[in-house]
Amino acid sequence: MRAVLGRFKFGGRGLVVVLPYVWLMLFFVVPFLIVLKISFSDIDLAIPPYKPLWIWDGEHAPAITLNFNNYTFLFTDKLYVKALLNSLKVAFVSSMLCLLIGYPMAYGIARSRPAVRSVLLMLIVLPFWTSLLLRVYAWIGLLKANGVINNVLLHLGLIHEPLTMLYTPFAMYVGIVYSYLPFMILPLYANLEKMDWQLIEAAEDLGCRPWRAFLSITLPLSRNGVLAGSMLVFIPAVGEFVIPALLGGPNALMIGRILWDEFFSNRDWPVASAVAILMLLLLVPFMMWYQSIQAREAAASE
Amino acid sequence: MNQRRSLFVITCIVFGYAFLYIPIFSMVVFSFNASKLVTVWDSANSPTLKWYHALLHNNEILDAAWISVKVALINACGAVILGTLAGFALARFARFRGRFVLSAMTTAPLVMPEVITGLSLLLLFVALEQAVGWPAGRGITTMTIAHMTFSMAYVTVVVQSRLATFDMSLEEAAMDLGARPLKVFFVITLPIVFPAVLSGWLLAFTLSWDDLVISSFTSGPGSSTLPMVVFSKVRLGVSPEINVLATITISVVTIIIVGVSLWMARSKRIATSPA
Amino acid sequence: MPKPTDPALKASPWTDSDAKPYVRVEKLTKSFGEFKAVDDVSLNIYQGEIFCLLGASGCGKTTLLRMLGGFEKPSSGRIFIDGEDMTGVPPYERPVNMMFQSYALFPHMTVEQNVAFGLKQDRVAKAEIRERVATMLELVKLGGFAQRKPHQLSGGQKQRVALARSLVKRPKLLLLDEPLGALDKKLREHTQFELIGLQHRLGVTFVVVTHDQEEAMTLASRIGVMDHGEIVQSGTPSEIYEFPSSKFVADFIGSVNIFEGRLIEDEPAYVRIASPELGGIIHVGHGISAASDTVVWAAVRPEKINMSTEAPTATDNVARGAVQDIAYLGDLSIYLVKLPTGKVVRVTQPNTSRHAEAITWDQQVYLSWDDSSPVVVTR
Repeated sequence: MRAVLGRFKFGGRGLVVVLPYVWLMLFFVVPFLIVLKISFSDIDLAIPPYKPLWIWDGEHAPAITLNFNNYTFLFTDKLYVKALLNSLKVAFVSSMLCLLIGYPMAYGIARSRPAVRSVLLMLIVLPFWTSLLLRVYAWIGLLKANGVINNVLLHLGLIHEPLTMLYTPFAMYVGIVYSYLPFMILPLYANLEKMDWQLIEAAEDLGCRPWRAFLSITLPLSRNGVLAGSMLVFIPAVGEFVIPALLGGPNALMIGRILWDEFFSNRDWPVASAVAILMLLLLVPFMMWYQSIQAREAAASE
Repeated sequence: MNQRRSLFVITCIVFGYAFLYIPIFSMVVFSFNASKLVTVWDSANSPTLKWYHALLHNNEILDAAWISVKVALINACGAVILGTLAGFALARFARFRGRFVLSAMTTAPLVMPEVITGLSLLLLFVALEQAVGWPAGRGITTMTIAHMTFSMAYVTVVVQSRLATFDMSLEEAAMDLGARPLKVFFVITLPIVFPAVLSGWLLAFTLSWDDLVISSFTSGPGSSTLPMVVFSKVRLGVSPEINVLATITISVVTIIIVGVSLWMARSKRIATSPA
Repeated sequence: MPKPTDPALKASPWTDSDAKPYVRVEKLTKSFGEFKAVDDVSLNIYQGEIFCLLGASGCGKTTLLRMLGGFEKPSSGRIFIDGEDMTGVPPYERPVNMMFQSYALFPHMTVEQNVAFGLKQDRVAKAEIRERVATMLELVKLGGFAQRKPHQLSGGQKQRVALARSLVKRPKLLLLDEPLGALDKKLREHTQFELIGLQHRLGVTFVVVTHDQEEAMTLASRIGVMDHGEIVQSGTPSEIYEFPSSKFVADFIGSVNIFEGRLIEDEPAYVRIASPELGGIIHVGHGISAASDTVVWAAVRPEKINMSTEAPTATDNVARGAVQDIAYLGDLSIYLVKLPTGKVVRVTQPNTSRHAEAITWDQQVYLSWDDSSPVVVTR
């Protein structure tokens, strides 16, 4: 720590950097190292429930026992690999669905009159400020057997028996898309808002039909917005816990849920740590990609 | 600007907003429903305020809400200080050692799955307790630290992007007129970026108020937050009181957000009016 | 054009070797990495002057101004203001104020608060602040606008608030960065004269940065022409215009025809230059300091060339060509005349009569000029 601090010149400017830097180092980076460490230890019936990684008897060099059992366990038990693959699939499909729904909305908002635009935008942001938990809960009321949707459909005579929607993959997708839609729309809107619409007029003036102009001008230019939005949905969705737990039913195999259960139900902290490390390794490339998109976007707007 | 919108786009907008708002409206409507079956409208006795009454006498929920308010308030203030400093460093200091690391550390929490953040912070607190005896057990303190860590990242982004469009000659002008750098910060810079700092504060407050996963990992006995109580209730099935809670939350949020947006639209017009 | 009238101030102190410069810049250099934005500039500016730094964008004029204001630290060299070394003094301790290109009005303060800001920093008594701000606002004709916010003002009004704010502290030196750049043309002309009037009344020394040569000619007592971080020539507007010291200055200020040639006769009273570009001899009615047979350039301003359909009697300073293009600008017309050598010469003629027999496209014309018109430069 001292070495890190020593590199900054102290003074007003140094303090501005050092305070958040040290905070994030201590509470964001160091914790990951501890997770990494514990993922190599053994479960123990103790408090905390894991064995120390190195034992030092005071005479010999500390004996470090790296224990790969947790990782081999993850790959031998089909459950974890399946959950991981399923999480990736769910996150990918959800981002695509968000993109399909979100793009036309972001486009429509960006091209509306300024007065309408600010209202539409506020309506996108508003659910984002209300509790995710409560909004996911709302879907239980809508989707369950005697819920609103079934009641309406039965009343209209479109169906004769209630549909099973709650606790299915369908419900989980609805929940994820619903919750993450604003995360897709906002970066897309921010990107499209900066678009020079005269480019479209120029393309049309040169003989391009509107749909073609969209495909060859608007879409490529909004590439960074599309990528940023997709990353903002995809990365957190991989580790999503609340939505599969509430809407997905007992069979919804999501890696975030596995981690939760390993930790809270099985109290197996080392395996939970190994799951976290695995998930992290998987997601870090996407996070770095996201950051490079952000950097590009920032450079483009200067 | 050209104002053409195709029928397709308008349809998407209508359906998109319906998708976003139907669940919210259904909660509001059913919060006035007399039936305990929640989604079956009891037209004989509805609308009624009986679940509002029940909620206001539910001590479990009220206690949890009080804890949530405390955590969210401390968190918002702390996150604003840390996030503003980080945003300032990133927006203003073009080159310093650790710039890349700092920017990575403030971007990562935005997308990091909450289960990972929660688990890692808990393990840190446990390890710290073993090593130095602090924090003794887990509770409001550990939860607040955890919340500050991820919500300061949001504040950083908001403040940084506001500072990116800040006209530096305003600060130079103040210095030219005799104000020292620290005074310039408090008299010129801070008032002008205040809307961004305020939205950062609100954002940090909301993130903390809504958080379930990270709180679950880092809280201790007797410090259950409102989302934790709601989650355990919802897992057991729907409850009319949750509809009431949702309705109250939505109303409060709507009033604050609309109010702040109107105020900010005004100050933005001032700040960005052509020089 | 108004020139200093205060008898205490000499009309042209820079010609007096005993006069003490008010601002002295000594061998000032500012490098950004490898790039030298300001390169070894030395400069004297006298009390009551309006000194214009003129140059294209990126020539270093703004960096030089910002060093005078204290916003950039010089890499080497010194700055003295009123005899005091100001080189390392931060902006908030300099007796210098700046008017920013963007005006930099504080958006969250009223006009009055903006103007009072500088006085407040100096802890001037409240009553005095009020009085000085009011006087200053009257001076810039904004008496009724004290309670407005900057976003409620027009561009010209903002400009005057910025001026008032920078003048209210009675600085020893006022720096103006493109002061009229954001105004439209009509307003700019009007404001130029207002600015000069104000400067005379207050007696403050001005250093103005501009890329607009017309603005520099109107405002300046002296102009310093900058290029690649160096001051390539400084002098009064007419000196710069009539006696440019290099091709760059001649070309940068106004428009000019430059003929390359070789010195064939070098007498104390006159020189003659053989110019293949012109296809003839240029006779200059004064001596120059250049060795015989070297390559030199003769610069002739378009308005100093006579154009006629009849052949002149002289043989030097004469050329014949065909009118290639005409631009009618109302008060005058610009003719582009192509010589047999291929060189295109620019000639301006005032439209003194409404129905002059017009010279038209493709017509053969004779060009001639007085032997006092050309300026000979060696670089």
